[in-house]
Amino acid sequence: MSTARSAAILLAKELRSEFRTRELLSATIVFALVIVVLFSFAFDPTAAESRRYGPGLLWISFLFAGSLMLNPSFARERLNDTMDALRMAPISPFAILSAKMLANFIFMSLVEVVLVPVFSVLYNVSLSGVMVPLILVLVLGTIGLTVTGTVFSAISSHARLREVLLPLLLLPILTPLLIAAVEATASLLVEQPALDRTWVALLAGFDIVFLTASWLLCDYLIEE
Amino acid sequence: MPATRSTSRSATSCLGISFTGIEKRFGSFFALRAISLQIHSGEFVALLGPNGAGKTTLLRIAALLAAPTRGKVEYRNATYPHPPFDAFETKRQLGLVGHSTLLYDELTAAENLTLFAQLYGLDDVSVRVRNALESGGLGSRAGSLVRTFSRGMRQRLAIARALLHAPGLLLLDEPAAGLDRQGLAWFSGTLERLRKEGCTVIMSTHARNESLDLATRAIVLAAGTVQDDSGEQGDPRPLLAALRADA
Repeated sequence: MSTARSAAILLAKELRSEFRTRELLSATIVFALVIVVLFSFAFDPTAAESRRYGPGLLWISFLFAGSLMLNPSFARERLNDTMDALRMAPISPFAILSAKMLANFIFMSLVEVVLVPVFSVLYNVSLSGVMVPLILVLVLGTIGLTVTGTVFSAISSHARLREVLLPLLLLPILTPLLIAAVEATASLLVEQPALDRTWVALLAGFDIVFLTASWLLCDYLIEE
Repeated sequence: MPATRSTSRSATSCLGISFTGIEKRFGSFFALRAISLQIHSGEFVALLGPNGAGKTTLLRIAALLAAPTRGKVEYRNATYPHPPFDAFETKRQLGLVGHSTLLYDELTAAENLTLFAQLYGLDDVSVRVRNALESGGLGSRAGSLVRTFSRGMRQRLAIARALLHAPGLLLLDEPAAGLDRQGLAWFSGTLERLRKEGCTVIMSTHARNESLDLATRAIVLAAGTVQDDSGEQGDPRPLLAALRADA
């Protein structure tokens, strides 16, 4: 069976499991909203300050929400040792990894769909007119976040302190992505917005590097 | 269209396994030491021994879930005793019932079996799943979430999942745990059918259960080594009787 077909079967399983309970998605959305609202209350920014600091606050919210959401991705497979059943199936390890990456990308995108309009209202930042380039930045940033996060979720899933370990491993690695995403987003929130292609290229490069690395290392990531 | 696979078992699809000089260490602890065994296709092996003897570790190595620290594992069938190792083809012929159920609690019984039938590329998935559930007495609960099942029902579903792709080598690690009298009878009947079909079975246990009467060979592990082996042509009953006396 092809890797794509196996990944599609597993993606359907991931989506069915999550949408049946919606536990992880609800918790992540509420957590991300709380962060954005707290930042808003704490700084009470003016319009100019929002344009300056808003992109950083927005992406830090995504990162924190992501580190919360990505943690159970592999850890939940330990509940009934279901990872053993997947490892015994005649499928590529990359199918298992890519299904989890795609599922996490979809979940994280849903969080962003809720969070971005709330950010726009609370921080008084108009996003009309920049939606298309903003979606491009969000998609590239979210791919990097979910690919890297899923890989580190697999690594940390065997650790007893995995809830602590994942952010400790993930956040430093994501620093280049955070800088590029914040700068690219900031270029869209100024008075005369123009997408900064250098930072977009860096985001795309980050995605390609980590996607390739995860493909090359998936055997080691999935094994015991 | 995805590749599909028929699951009718023939004698040639039954898989034997040989362990040569297997050693498994966890840090400085030796879980297995110098295990060398040849289990031929069609044998029904009872793997006996107390807790911590290394039974689960040996079964995990056989299931390709753990790599030995040293030594070699070979899989062979009747017509092709030394095939080049093909991980996907070998995995298609392995079935495992482990300590855990290997089932997703948040999926229904039918969804669990459908998922694994699809991953193994089986044909007639819905018919196969329905038959598997009815065979395990779970037909009326096909649409129920596994988390609502009792321990015995989960175990029956775990066994049905392991048999779904008609494996040539079935690895059972304390499979009778949680089964009630009715479940045990169904399980023994299932194993008897598999034995008649020529499926190779390795079943570990540290406690007596009636399905052990089907064993054609008994191997006793203790402290990670083979303490006793009735052999392929030998009589397993004395070793099984010793287990009965210990129980």
